[in-house]
This record gives sequence, C-alpha cells and structure tokens, in this order.
Amino acid sequence: MMIDLSTELSGLKLDNPVIPASGTFGYGLEFAKIYDLNILGSISIKGTTKDARFGNKLPRIAECYAGLINSVGLQNPGIDHVINNELPELRKIFNKPVIANISGFSVDEYVYCAERMDKISNVGIIEINVSCPNVHGGGITFGSDCEKVFEVTQAVKKVTHKPVYIKLTPNVTDIVKIALSAEEAGADGISLINTLLGMRIDIKTHRPIIANKTGGFSGPAIFPVALRMVYQVHKAVNIPVIGMGGISCAEDVIEMMMAGASAVQIGAANLIDPLACKKIIEDLPKLCERLKIQRLSDIIGITD
Amino acid sequence: MRDINFKIIENKKIARDIYKMILAGDTSDIKNPGQFVNVKLPFQYLRRPLSVCDYNDGELTLIYKTVGSGTNFMSTLKNGDVLSILSGLGNGYEIIKSDEPVLIGGGVGIPPLYALAKRLIENNIRPEIILGFNNFEDVFFEEEFKALDLNVKIATLDGSYGSKGLVTDFIKNNQYAYACGPLAMLKAVYKKIHDGQFSFEARMGCGFGVCMGCSMKTNSGFKRICTDGPVFKYSEIIWEND
Repeated sequence: MMIDLSTELSGLKLDNPVIPASGTFGYGLEFAKIYDLNILGSISIKGTTKDARFGNKLPRIAECYAGLINSVGLQNPGIDHVINNELPELRKIFNKPVIANISGFSVDEYVYCAERMDKISNVGIIEINVSCPNVHGGGITFGSDCEKVFEVTQAVKKVTHKPVYIKLTPNVTDIVKIALSAEEAGADGISLINTLLGMRIDIKTHRPIIANKTGGFSGPAIFPVALRMVYQVHKAVNIPVIGMGGISCAEDVIEMMMAGASAVQIGAANLIDPLACKKIIEDLPKLCERLKIQRLSDIIGITD
Repeated sequence: MRDINFKIIENKKIARDIYKMILAGDTSDIKNPGQFVNVKLPFQYLRRPLSVCDYNDGELTLIYKTVGSGTNFMSTLKNGDVLSILSGLGNGYEIIKSDEPVLIGGGVGIPPLYALAKRLIENNIRPEIILGFNNFEDVFFEEEFKALDLNVKIATLDGSYGSKGLVTDFIKNNQYAYACGPLAMLKAVYKKIHDGQFSFEARMGCGFGVCMGCSMKTNSGFKRICTDGPVFKYSEIIWEND
C-alpha cells in the first residue's frame, strides 16, 4: 500500500507533516551532519530578533520527569546575520521552504522582522512567537493578551504576503479566545503550544536551578496539555493548526493530527535523540499501514 | 557525533562516590582528549554529559560521581548492560609543544587529563600532574598517572592526604597549563599562569550545539560550551561576575 504522508499549510505543500520546532534544531547545520534534512516536511528556524541577543545567565537548563525546563532567552545572532549567513547556509543543504520564527519586544520589532523575512525566497511561512516565557517585556506578554495578539497579527499581516502563523503560549486561561483573536486579525494559521512556565529548586542550596528562576517546560510530559489545546483550537478556528508539545514518536504525530493538527513540530525530542525526526518520518508509513490510513491528511481533526 | 551502543565491561567504585566504568564499543568518533560523551539512562529524560577519561580501539573509560538519581542508577548497572551514548562531542584539548606543561585537575575534572597525559607522552612531552581533592577519601587516579611515569602532586583542602591547600600552590611560573575542574579552581589557576587551556562544564540540554543551553561569552564572541568547547584557550576566556 502506498501511503500518502503529504499535507498542506496555507497553500504550502509539505511532503510530510514533520517539522523540527524552533529552538531545538538551530539552523539545521548540526543535524545535516548526521542525516539528509530534505526528508523533513519543513524546518522552523531558531527564533530571530532584530538585534543579536546573548540571552539569559546560566544555568539555562533543568531536568524534569519526562521533560526539561529551558530559559535560553532567545539567544540569536540578530536578523541581519541570520538573513546573510544562516539562511543561505541552510538553503545549500535544505531545498524546501522554511518557517521563519521571529520574536520581538514591541509591535514595531515584529513588523521589522516580518518585513525583512518577507523578502527571503526560501521562507515559506512566518511564525510569530508571541509566547516566549523567558524574556521580559516581549514574547508571552503579547501572547497572553487578546488585544495584543490582534494588534501584532494585524500589523505583521500588513507588511508580508507570506502566510503568517501565530505561535501561542499555553500559559493563558482561555487558549481559544487568543486563537480567535489571531484569526480575526488575519492570521493564516496557529502554531501551538510553546512551553509551559515551570520551575525547579535545588534542595541542597534552596535556590532555583535556573538562573532566571523560571523557564519553559517541554517534553513528553506536556503532550496531553498540547493535544487538548490543539483539539480545542482546531474546533474553534477555520485556519490550519500546527501542533507541538512533547511529540516524541509516530504515534504522537497521528494523535496530534487526529486532534486537529495539519502538521506537527518536534521539539525536545531532537535534543535527546538527534535522529528523532528521521525515525518518526520512517515510522509513519508503517504505522499508517497498521492503522489502515491511506492518506494522512484524511485524519486531520477526525476526532469528534 | 554518533549515537552508539556501548556494552559495560566494568563498573566499580574507586573512591568516595566516584565510579569507573569501562565500556566496549566503537570509539572512532572520539578524536581528542577532553572531548565528552552524552549518556542516555533509563527513566532520565536528559542525557548525562561525561568527560572521556580514556579511549582506544573499542574501549571507552568514563569516571563519574554519584550526585543524583541518574548517576546513582548508573552505579547499579552491571557488566553486559548496554547504554546508548552520543560519542565524540566537543572540541577537546589541543596538543601544544611546550617544556614541562602542567595538568591541573580538581575532583571529577581529573578524568579527561588522563587521556591528555597519554597523548602528550606520545608527542614526547612529559607533563607534570597536579590533582586536587577535598579529603583523602576522594583521592583517585594517583596510581594511574604514576604508572605513566609522571611526577604527581596531590593537594587536599583539609590536609588529610598530600599537601594541605590548593592545586595552585604547586604551579611554577611560566608553565603552560591544561586545566579541568570546578569554576573556582579554573579561575584561581587562570590567575597564576600566562597561557593554557581550560575545560568548562555546564548543565546541557542537547550536548551538540542546538539548544543554546550552555552558552558563554568569550573574547571571540558567544560560544557554546558543548560544541565550541568544552575546552577554551586562555586568550578567549572572559570571567563574568568578577
């Protein structure tokens, strides 16, 4: 049986739904040393801001049961460097459109970054990160406020013709309301979820393990939360949803797509197994065959 | 970098909370002393980054300290058990031609200096060895370095073994230093010498340069301890929070 794994995001055709998530894959260069990136559906590149950022103090990582907390703080070389160096390097090894994940500390900064990414031919989707929990005055402060999400989405839509996906934070009381604000403002799709705000304490020193005290919790432990939110948002909006949060195997991909995801992003799993995406892509056809799924896109949102 | 299955052929306690594990498997990804591996353990989400103590055709030696549930579990593993290990991570030490360099290690910073000492000897360089511990119960690898026919000096904080004091008490002027140990030790060594290489440690997410969990500022820009390091040259290092 030939299994059709292809899917679509706002007119962008993907060979399969598997996309490494922003911040867990760099710009692909390290992974290209161990497998051909062209097997991937797309790649969401490391979150980019207008200016270069070092990010937060160390430690930035704390382990948890079935996951980890990170507080990197959007370390990146700045949009000029990314456009002039990282994206051209990635283009040499990856011949499909990428997802440009951008972040900002003001509406103007989101607009500036979107305007710059709009002109880059190998950018297929602009993903607006309004959900970073690790920076002050940006990220999550936008994503937890319906009006702010509306404002950022509308402003970005005005300066780009590329599909705009809004990446949402789960740290809100009503994820559906936020998603609807993004859709109303003209978003072409929704990415969810970013990490859950979390914390660990070193019981020997009484101090938080993370220097910034709190950070974003990701990994298999958050999968049920992500799945529930994707399910709720997919039911409420009429635009595609990219589902992410703890996906670690082909079974999780199927489950997330049944909940309503048109494509998925793989995050923490890349950190502990650099071949995670490759293995998932190899396992998907076998699993589809077992489940008698001929065309993967048929299962999107199939769960009542 | 490669994910390789290694089979345990020895796992024994060699000092207080310190274990030596020898594993059989493909070590060809390890090119330099001072590189590390990232070990996957059952029931632990993140891998455990451990410096390579020794490597040769098909045999990998790791020294680890039991500090939490992961390494405690590791100490219970038996011969024949198999571990998934990301091998050949980080840059490692560069062999620099110099007269009588000194290798300075503190606690679990000592292991990578053993393979380094062997490589230096292969290059006809005979380093001096300075090892620092808290107490006599913590001392390990003195005999192994002596077996390489090297001059080994030991300092303990409480004076219960070797000389009472710090590793820096033994450093002579103008010696080229290769150091690995706690941050406070590295800083103290840095102040006593004029050139050398320093191995840093950090809590890591991936260990291969993609999560940006272990970045540090250097004179040549932002670097990742896991991939651009863990070994940094004297001239690159900036000490923050001084």
